[in-house]
Amino acid sequence: MPLSDLVFYLFAAMVVVGAAGAAISQNLVYAAFLLLAALFGVAAIFAWLSADYVAITQTIVYVGGILVLFLFAVMLTNRITDARHSNPAVGKRPAALVSLGLFGVLAYVSIETPWKHFDVPAGGETTHLLGQALLSTYVLPFEVLSVLLLAALVGAVVMSRKETPKP
Amino acid sequence: MKQLALFPVGLEHFLLLGSALLALGVYCVLTRRNAVGILVGVELILNSANVNFVAFAHYVTGSIGGHVAALFIIVLAAAEAAIALAIVLSIYQSFSTIDATHADTMRG
Repeated sequence: MPLSDLVFYLFAAMVVVGAAGAAISQNLVYAAFLLLAALFGVAAIFAWLSADYVAITQTIVYVGGILVLFLFAVMLTNRITDARHSNPAVGKRPAALVSLGLFGVLAYVSIETPWKHFDVPAGGETTHLLGQALLSTYVLPFEVLSVLLLAALVGAVVMSRKETPKP
Repeated sequence: MKQLALFPVGLEHFLLLGSALLALGVYCVLTRRNAVGILVGVELILNSANVNFVAFAHYVTGSIGGHVAALFIIVLAAAEAAIALAIVLSIYQSFSTIDATHADTMRG
Protein backbone atom coordinates (compact mmCIF):
# COMPACT_ATOMS: atom_id res chain seq x y z
CA MET A 1 0.00 0.00 0.00
CA PRO A 2 1.62 3.25 -1.10
CA LEU A 3 2.03 6.12 1.32
CA SER A 4 -0.46 8.40 -0.43
CA ASP A 5 -3.25 5.87 0.08
CA LEU A 6 -2.41 5.66 3.77
CA VAL A 7 -2.63 9.44 3.94
CA PHE A 8 -6.04 9.30 2.26
CA TYR A 9 -7.33 6.75 4.77
CA LEU A 10 -5.96 8.80 7.66
CA PHE A 11 -7.80 11.93 6.57
CA ALA A 12 -10.94 10.02 5.56
CA ALA A 13 -11.05 8.56 9.06
CA MET A 14 -10.61 12.06 10.47
CA VAL A 15 -13.51 13.33 8.35
CA VAL A 16 -15.85 10.47 9.22
CA VAL A 17 -15.03 10.48 12.94
CA GLY A 18 -15.40 14.26 13.13
CA ALA A 19 -18.67 14.25 11.21
CA ALA A 20 -20.07 11.38 13.28
CA GLY A 21 -19.12 13.17 16.49
CA ALA A 22 -20.69 16.40 15.26
CA ALA A 23 -23.85 14.53 14.32
CA ILE A 24 -24.13 12.57 17.57
CA SER A 25 -22.64 14.70 20.36
CA GLN A 26 -25.10 15.97 22.95
CA ASN A 27 -22.93 18.99 23.67
CA LEU A 28 -23.17 21.74 21.10
CA VAL A 29 -19.67 23.11 21.81
CA TYR A 30 -18.16 19.65 21.29
CA ALA A 31 -20.19 19.31 18.10
CA ALA A 32 -18.79 22.59 16.79
CA PHE A 33 -15.19 21.57 17.52
CA LEU A 34 -15.69 18.11 16.01
CA LEU A 35 -17.10 19.86 12.93
CA LEU A 36 -13.78 21.68 12.82
CA ALA A 37 -11.94 18.34 12.63
CA ALA A 38 -14.24 17.17 9.84
CA LEU A 39 -13.80 20.39 7.85
CA PHE A 40 -10.02 20.26 8.21
CA GLY A 41 -10.12 16.67 7.01
CA VAL A 42 -12.17 17.67 3.97
CA ALA A 43 -9.61 20.40 3.22
CA ALA A 44 -6.87 17.75 3.36
CA ILE A 45 -8.91 15.54 1.02
CA PHE A 46 -9.10 18.47 -1.42
CA ALA A 47 -5.33 18.86 -1.23
CA TRP A 48 -4.99 15.11 -1.88
CA LEU A 49 -7.09 15.59 -5.02
CA SER A 50 -4.64 18.33 -6.13
CA ALA A 51 -7.27 21.04 -5.62
CA ASP A 52 -4.91 23.32 -3.75
CA TYR A 53 -6.88 26.55 -4.10
CA VAL A 54 -10.14 24.92 -2.98
CA ALA A 55 -8.34 23.38 0.00
CA ILE A 56 -6.98 26.75 1.12
CA THR A 57 -10.37 28.40 0.61
CA GLN A 58 -12.02 25.64 2.61
CA THR A 59 -9.59 26.21 5.46
CA ILE A 60 -9.92 30.00 5.45
CA VAL A 61 -13.68 30.31 4.89
CA TYR A 62 -14.92 27.36 6.91
CA VAL A 63 -12.44 27.10 9.73
CA GLY A 64 -11.71 30.80 9.96
CA GLY A 65 -15.16 32.18 9.24
CA ILE A 66 -18.11 29.85 9.53
CA LEU A 67 -16.89 27.96 12.57
CA VAL A 68 -16.15 31.16 14.49
CA LEU A 69 -19.67 32.29 13.57
CA PHE A 70 -21.03 29.01 14.96
CA LEU A 71 -19.13 29.44 18.20
CA PHE A 72 -20.39 33.01 18.53
CA ALA A 73 -23.96 31.80 18.05
CA VAL A 74 -23.45 29.08 20.66
CA MET A 75 -22.01 31.50 23.21
CA LEU A 76 -24.66 34.15 22.56
CA THR A 77 -27.62 31.82 22.84
CA ASN A 78 -26.71 29.17 25.43
CA ARG A 79 -26.29 29.67 29.09
CA ILE A 80 -22.99 28.12 30.11
CA THR A 81 -24.67 26.11 32.86
CA ASP A 82 -26.86 24.06 30.54
CA ALA A 83 -24.17 23.46 27.94
CA ARG A 84 -23.96 19.79 28.87
CA HIS A 85 -27.20 18.80 27.17
CA SER A 86 -27.37 21.74 24.83
CA ASN A 87 -27.89 19.64 21.74
CA PRO A 88 -30.77 17.21 22.42
CA ALA A 89 -31.74 14.64 19.81
CA VAL A 90 -35.18 13.28 18.99
CA GLY A 91 -36.36 10.45 16.75
CA LYS A 92 -32.99 8.73 16.58
CA ARG A 93 -34.21 5.39 15.26
CA PRO A 94 -36.15 6.52 12.15
CA ALA A 95 -33.44 9.07 11.39
CA ALA A 96 -30.75 6.39 11.61
CA LEU A 97 -32.87 4.18 9.35
CA VAL A 98 -33.26 6.94 6.76
CA SER A 99 -29.60 7.92 6.72
CA LEU A 100 -28.39 4.30 6.65
CA GLY A 101 -30.73 3.60 3.75
CA LEU A 102 -29.46 6.68 1.96
CA PHE A 103 -25.85 5.62 2.51
CA GLY A 104 -26.62 2.10 1.33
CA VAL A 105 -28.19 3.27 -1.92
CA LEU A 106 -25.43 5.80 -2.63
CA ALA A 107 -22.66 3.32 -1.80
CA TYR A 108 -24.26 0.70 -4.04
CA VAL A 109 -24.51 3.17 -6.92
CA SER A 110 -21.00 4.51 -6.53
CA ILE A 111 -19.45 1.02 -6.41
CA GLU A 112 -21.55 -0.57 -9.14
CA THR A 113 -21.41 2.20 -11.73
CA PRO A 114 -18.64 1.67 -14.30
CA TRP A 115 -17.16 5.14 -14.02
CA LYS A 116 -15.15 6.37 -16.94
CA HIS A 117 -11.62 6.97 -15.78
CA PHE A 118 -9.30 9.19 -17.69
CA ASP A 119 -5.59 9.44 -17.19
CA VAL A 120 -5.69 12.82 -15.60
CA PRO A 121 -2.21 14.22 -15.22
CA ALA A 122 -1.20 14.86 -11.64
CA GLY A 123 -2.20 18.45 -11.24
CA GLY A 124 0.07 21.41 -10.92
CA GLU A 125 -1.13 24.54 -9.22
CA THR A 126 -4.71 25.43 -10.10
CA THR A 127 -4.90 29.07 -9.06
CA HIS A 128 -4.01 30.40 -12.50
CA LEU A 129 -6.59 28.18 -14.23
CA LEU A 130 -9.24 29.01 -11.66
CA GLY A 131 -8.72 32.73 -12.07
CA GLN A 132 -9.05 32.46 -15.82
CA ALA A 133 -12.15 30.26 -15.58
CA LEU A 134 -13.82 32.55 -13.05
CA LEU A 135 -13.39 35.61 -15.23
CA SER A 136 -14.22 34.02 -18.58
CA THR A 137 -16.51 30.96 -18.60
CA TYR A 138 -18.04 31.44 -15.17
CA VAL A 139 -18.16 35.22 -15.02
CA LEU A 140 -21.97 35.48 -14.77
CA PRO A 141 -22.40 33.10 -11.80
CA PHE A 142 -19.36 34.76 -10.23
CA GLU A 143 -20.95 38.21 -10.39
CA VAL A 144 -24.38 36.92 -9.29
CA LEU A 145 -22.68 35.24 -6.35
CA SER A 146 -20.94 38.42 -5.30
CA VAL A 147 -24.26 40.32 -5.34
CA LEU A 148 -25.83 37.48 -3.34
CA LEU A 149 -23.02 37.65 -0.81
CA LEU A 150 -23.54 41.39 -0.39
CA ALA A 151 -27.30 40.90 0.05
CA ALA A 152 -26.68 38.13 2.59
CA LEU A 153 -24.31 40.32 4.60
CA VAL A 154 -26.75 43.24 4.69
CA GLY A 155 -29.61 40.89 5.56
CA ALA A 156 -27.65 39.26 8.37
CA VAL A 157 -26.80 42.64 9.88
CA VAL A 158 -30.39 43.85 9.65
CA MET A 159 -31.83 40.67 11.15
CA SER A 160 -29.45 40.19 14.04
CA ARG A 161 -29.53 43.82 15.18
CA LYS A 162 -31.47 44.48 18.36
CA GLU A 163 -34.61 46.54 17.93
CA THR A 164 -33.86 49.97 19.30
CA PRO A 165 -36.83 52.08 20.42
CA LYS A 166 -37.22 55.24 18.38
CA PRO A 167 -36.55 58.43 20.33
CA MET B 1 -21.92 -6.84 -6.26
CA LYS B 2 -18.47 -5.74 -7.30
CA GLN B 3 -15.67 -5.92 -4.81
CA LEU B 4 -14.01 -2.66 -3.91
CA ALA B 5 -10.27 -2.95 -3.38
CA LEU B 6 -8.80 -0.99 -0.49
CA PHE B 7 -6.04 0.31 -2.72
CA PRO B 8 -5.19 1.98 -5.00
CA VAL B 9 -7.51 4.75 -3.87
CA GLY B 10 -9.84 5.68 -6.70
CA LEU B 11 -12.96 7.63 -7.47
CA GLU B 12 -15.19 5.17 -5.62
CA HIS B 13 -13.44 5.78 -2.32
CA PHE B 14 -14.14 9.49 -2.54
CA LEU B 15 -17.75 8.87 -3.51
CA LEU B 16 -18.11 6.58 -0.48
CA LEU B 17 -16.61 9.28 1.73
CA GLY B 18 -19.06 11.80 0.30
CA SER B 19 -21.97 9.40 0.86
CA ALA B 20 -20.92 8.86 4.48
CA LEU B 21 -20.72 12.62 5.04
CA LEU B 22 -24.15 13.10 3.45
CA ALA B 23 -25.73 10.33 5.56
CA LEU B 24 -24.25 11.77 8.76
CA GLY B 25 -25.44 15.24 7.81
CA VAL B 26 -28.97 13.99 7.11
CA TYR B 27 -28.98 12.15 10.44
CA CYS B 28 -27.85 15.35 12.18
CA VAL B 29 -30.52 17.49 10.48
CA LEU B 30 -33.27 14.97 11.28
CA THR B 31 -32.46 14.45 14.95
CA ARG B 32 -31.29 17.83 16.26
CA ARG B 33 -33.72 20.14 18.00
CA ASN B 34 -31.20 22.92 18.53
CA ALA B 35 -31.20 25.22 15.50
CA VAL B 36 -27.41 25.56 15.53
CA GLY B 37 -27.14 21.77 15.64
CA ILE B 38 -29.29 21.56 12.51
CA LEU B 39 -26.96 24.03 10.79
CA VAL B 40 -23.99 21.79 11.61
CA GLY B 41 -25.76 19.03 9.68
CA VAL B 42 -26.36 21.33 6.71
CA GLU B 43 -22.65 22.17 6.60
CA LEU B 44 -21.83 18.44 6.53
CA ILE B 45 -24.20 17.93 3.58
CA LEU B 46 -22.68 20.83 1.63
CA ASN B 47 -19.20 19.44 2.26
CA SER B 48 -20.21 16.02 0.96
CA ALA B 49 -21.29 17.65 -2.30
CA ASN B 50 -17.95 19.44 -2.46
CA VAL B 51 -15.99 16.21 -2.02
CA ASN B 52 -17.91 14.70 -4.93
CA PHE B 53 -17.36 17.73 -7.17
CA VAL B 54 -13.60 17.80 -6.59
CA ALA B 55 -13.28 14.02 -6.90
CA PHE B 56 -15.06 14.01 -10.25
CA ALA B 57 -12.93 16.94 -11.40
CA HIS B 58 -9.79 15.00 -10.50
CA TYR B 59 -10.71 11.55 -11.80
CA VAL B 60 -13.24 12.03 -14.61
CA THR B 61 -13.27 15.44 -16.28
CA GLY B 62 -9.79 16.64 -15.51
CA SER B 63 -11.01 20.19 -15.98
CA ILE B 64 -11.30 23.11 -13.59
CA GLY B 65 -15.12 23.16 -13.58
CA GLY B 66 -15.50 21.00 -10.50
CA HIS B 67 -13.20 23.27 -8.56
CA VAL B 68 -15.26 26.30 -9.60
CA ALA B 69 -18.47 24.56 -8.44
CA ALA B 70 -16.83 23.69 -5.13
CA LEU B 71 -15.75 27.31 -4.65
CA PHE B 72 -19.28 28.54 -5.39
CA ILE B 73 -20.69 26.06 -2.87
CA ILE B 74 -18.25 27.29 -0.22
CA VAL B 75 -19.36 30.88 -0.84
CA LEU B 76 -23.04 29.85 -0.69
CA ALA B 77 -22.36 27.98 2.56
CA ALA B 78 -20.82 31.11 4.04
CA ALA B 79 -23.83 33.23 3.04
CA GLU B 80 -26.21 30.57 4.33
CA ALA B 81 -24.42 30.32 7.67
CA ALA B 82 -24.45 34.10 8.16
CA ILE B 83 -28.18 34.39 7.38
CA ALA B 84 -29.17 31.32 9.37
CA LEU B 85 -27.23 32.39 12.44
CA ALA B 86 -28.81 35.85 12.23
CA ILE B 87 -32.21 34.13 12.17
CA VAL B 88 -31.15 32.02 15.16
CA LEU B 89 -30.15 35.12 17.12
CA SER B 90 -33.42 36.79 16.17
CA ILE B 91 -35.40 33.73 17.30
CA TYR B 92 -33.45 33.71 20.55
CA GLN B 93 -34.42 37.32 21.17
CA SER B 94 -38.12 36.60 20.66
CA PHE B 95 -38.45 33.15 22.26
CA SER B 96 -35.35 33.04 24.53
CA THR B 97 -34.64 29.53 23.22
CA ILE B 98 -33.17 28.17 20.02
CA ASP B 99 -35.09 24.92 20.16
CA ALA B 100 -36.44 24.67 16.63
CA THR B 101 -39.66 23.00 17.84
CA HIS B 102 -40.61 25.97 20.05
CA ALA B 103 -40.73 28.60 17.32
CA ASP B 104 -44.28 27.67 16.28
CA THR B 105 -46.19 30.93 16.69
CA MET B 106 -47.51 30.76 13.13
CA ARG B 107 -48.75 27.17 13.45
CA GLY B 108 -52.51 27.04 12.88
